[in-house]
Amino acid sequence: MKPLTPAFSGLRSTNSVPRFTWAVWFLLAIHAMVALAGFVAPYSFETQDREHPYARPTRLHFVDCSGKFHFHPFVYVTKAAENDLNDYQQDCAQTAGIEFFPHGDSYTILGMFSSTRHLFGVRAPANLFLMGTDGFGRDQFSRLLYGGQVSLFAGFVAAAFSVIAGLLLGGIAGMYGGTVDDVAMRFAEFFIAVPWFYLLIAVRAFLPLQISPITAFLLVVAVIGLVGWGRPARLVRGVILSARERNFVLAARGFGASNAYLLRRHLMPLTFRVLLTQMAVLIPQFILAEVILSFLGLGIGEPFPSWGNMLAQAQQYHVLVSYWWMLLPGLAPVPVFLAYHSLAETLQERIKSNI
Amino acid sequence: MIRYLARRAGHGLLLLVGISILLFLLFQAAPGDFLSEARMNSQISAETLAQLRAQYGLDQPLPVRYWQWIKSSAKGDFGYSFAYNTPASTLLWPRARNTLLLSIPALLISWLIAVPLGVLAAGWKGRWADRLFSGGTSALLALPDVLIALLALLIALKTGMFPVGGMTSISAQDQGTLAWLRDLSWHMVLPVAALVMGSLTIILRHVRASVREVLESSYMRAAEGHGLPRYKLLFGYALPAAANPLISLFGLSVAMLLSVSLLIEVVMSWPGMGPLLLEAILARDLFVVIGAVMLPTVFLVVGNLLGDVLLYACDPRIRRQA
Repeated sequence: MKPLTPAFSGLRSTNSVPRFTWAVWFLLAIHAMVALAGFVAPYSFETQDREHPYARPTRLHFVDCSGKFHFHPFVYVTKAAENDLNDYQQDCAQTAGIEFFPHGDSYTILGMFSSTRHLFGVRAPANLFLMGTDGFGRDQFSRLLYGGQVSLFAGFVAAAFSVIAGLLLGGIAGMYGGTVDDVAMRFAEFFIAVPWFYLLIAVRAFLPLQISPITAFLLVVAVIGLVGWGRPARLVRGVILSARERNFVLAARGFGASNAYLLRRHLMPLTFRVLLTQMAVLIPQFILAEVILSFLGLGIGEPFPSWGNMLAQAQQYHVLVSYWWMLLPGLAPVPVFLAYHSLAETLQERIKSNI
Repeated sequence: MIRYLARRAGHGLLLLVGISILLFLLFQAAPGDFLSEARMNSQISAETLAQLRAQYGLDQPLPVRYWQWIKSSAKGDFGYSFAYNTPASTLLWPRARNTLLLSIPALLISWLIAVPLGVLAAGWKGRWADRLFSGGTSALLALPDVLIALLALLIALKTGMFPVGGMTSISAQDQGTLAWLRDLSWHMVLPVAALVMGSLTIILRHVRASVREVLESSYMRAAEGHGLPRYKLLFGYALPAAANPLISLFGLSVAMLLSVSLLIEVVMSWPGMGPLLLEAILARDLFVVIGAVMLPTVFLVVGNLLGDVLLYACDPRIRRQA
């Protein structure tokens, strides 16, 4: 039997580097896809196809009805089945090949470039619904990409907000100590101790309910960031407290460096690693927070998609039972979370092994 | 003992006061109130509005209102529900009971599963066991709670074995206590299971990590070298040594559970605090909102205190200190 305790403690192999690289590339790719949603998505987020509500994901074919094989993938034109309103039939006579760079709905990327060219699509009357459509016949795949713009970036911006607030307050608390430290840390502990989800919803409760999507986005981000700054602040304070007494800092102080200069030049750079780790920890949490707020109808509203308000449609029993693809917005965050979690884990291990 | 607990309780009380002040400040900063909808209505005159405003105490300055709320909370009323015209407590208490009815069993089950499983997992050696464990828990961790709740609902709808949402069936109410209890527990199965799914993983990972850390210490190696049996080593020595951070996690797990519970209640239409909070937000019924945030905070404080008592019982260092 193998011994329970490790023979050489501290020599546990951590072969997490390939996973780390993988996670970084994956996240970059998915953020790029989402940022370029207009180009990657075959449709706009508000294009409705009233002929195809709740259409199941379009199947890509290589083999046609007569059993012939084609190298070029194609789709069949579908129309409502005669005997069942909720089902669609493939029309064997009408096919459309997948095209690259066709013209479609117009879009704007990053508010700068307008275009009508998409990465891929099919020619009407055929439809390419990779993940089916919702009750209005809107393409779920396109909406997921556009929704990612809201959900992913809300998480990112809110986390950045929290971390910067934490850096400032934690830095000041750690540097000046005394009463300043006490007050700042009591505040931080307060925000850590409160059941933050309830607080999040409560803060949202006091803000107006009907607002424009942009305001809603900024509001959600601000609220999430406001509730979440406690932990980064404490961590930063810890780093600064221990670094304050290190020799190079004492030397700089001996040369007459001011507190502000010391913070900026010597101490804040030391917190970089901790803050990066905190970002990786907080972003998935905050993405989830946005998803949940929108799911509950307190975040981004229709017609603008967010993963949360898309998933909210699946709360209706008939949708939940009959149209499984309506649950896909709930699965969309899973790979993103996995990547962020593995990023956070590796970063945390690195900090540990450095100390 | 008393002094230590009193200090911890004092911290809890401060937290409660702090959050209530924060909520009132937000209340003050909020544009509009319960009556702003009524202002749009031409059938309600300005005088009536002013009268209502005075009746609800909305015309008073903030400190006065806060003091009145404290007084009414001391009486156990927690302010007044504008929408239902009753003291907020008549709405809050039954809902709080229902939330606890879900959270307490879920809390117990999560810990009862997580501790033995986590300790055993800490003893597993080898790359594959490691990968299996961390892969499995990361996957569960990455699954959004909303999705877990929706999947539970889907199971209820598809199999027809479990009731779809709600807390009791209408028919079961007049068939005696036993039938009612059975019906209630049948309704609890899925929400509790979803809650356990949502909170188990984090506890499990912490248990495993802290037991692992203990296993790396030299005294554990010495104990193993003396030929102590594996299970005695794990549960008799490693677990108690690793208990300290885990007990601190207890309070945190209460907070986590309450947050997940909010979602699951909304999705599975369980009449707990979650749906009440949402309703109150949409109706701008502000005292109910405040109460619905305060009560889970009270539960959290109680959970933390419980953790402190446990810590006091388990850790001689704290006894010495106090």
